[in-house]
Amino acid sequence: MSIKTNKVSEISISLPNGSGAAAILSAGIGSGAVAAFAIAADKSAFVKNLFVFYKPTGALSGETTVAILLWLAAWAILEWRWRKRTVSLRRINVIAFAFLGLSVLLTFPPIGDLF
Amino acid sequence: MEITTRSLWTLIHGMGFGALYLLACSGAIVAIYQRYSTEPLPQNQAGRGRFLGIYLSIMAALAWLTVLTGTYIIYPWYRATPPKDTVSLGAYPRSLLLSHPTTSQWHLIGMEWKEHVAWLVPIAITAAAFIAIRYARDLKHHPQLRYALLGFTALSLFAAGIAGFFGAMLDKNAPVDGGQSIRLVQGE
Repeated sequence: MSIKTNKVSEISISLPNGSGAAAILSAGIGSGAVAAFAIAADKSAFVKNLFVFYKPTGALSGETTVAILLWLAAWAILEWRWRKRTVSLRRINVIAFAFLGLSVLLTFPPIGDLF
Repeated sequence: MEITTRSLWTLIHGMGFGALYLLACSGAIVAIYQRYSTEPLPQNQAGRGRFLGIYLSIMAALAWLTVLTGTYIIYPWYRATPPKDTVSLGAYPRSLLLSHPTTSQWHLIGMEWKEHVAWLVPIAITAAAFIAIRYARDLKHHPQLRYALLGFTALSLFAAGIAGFFGAMLDKNAPVDGGQSIRLVQGE
């Protein structure tokens, strides 16, 4: 008579990282858009007027509204495409944090004015 | 003891939502670092995973409230253009700052940077909150997501710090004041 021992192994099913990657990259895109629109509005009176969505706040209202919409649109598209996939997150992190770091620098007026 | 409605809103924006966000940031960084820098203990991780998601979501709400009150309630008072024959610029902080070479850079660098860099905060922390909720306990399998979570929170602290510093300095040099007076305590 032999005694069988059933070894129960814990199987850990990890979620694909696509959703997280979509959130990370889209945040980089949104941040970049805030900086890009701020510079564009500063350089061009025409663009500045286009961004005046709410007069008391001036161009800041349009710059930020369009950047937020762009961020959400990028997030929705990337989420739709990547949610079931595993992607190269290291590269996406580098790109997203480069965008975020540049956005902090480019919104600093002495640097933004160089363009 | 009185306070004006504009001062009250500035207080809610800066000392309420903004300062609370900065305080919460340091707590979040410590929590994320402690949670993932050591080997996780499986038995008690479930509740802590959920807690981090809720904590970052509250931070995201604070960040959105800060930028929205700043941009749409206080900023219009700050940048209002004074009528041509105005003698005292006290009610027009932007014009007051620009009227002196010693204070003009507070607007040209301080406010110009603050008004844009502050918007990076809700973007970064909303993404961090989403990752914390979506992955919760599964974050232990994703080191790159954990780095991103920590990076977003740290960057949002840096950006919020810039905005907070210039907000305080601008209010010191040219406070947003005016509107109706609210009596807090009746004097004797």
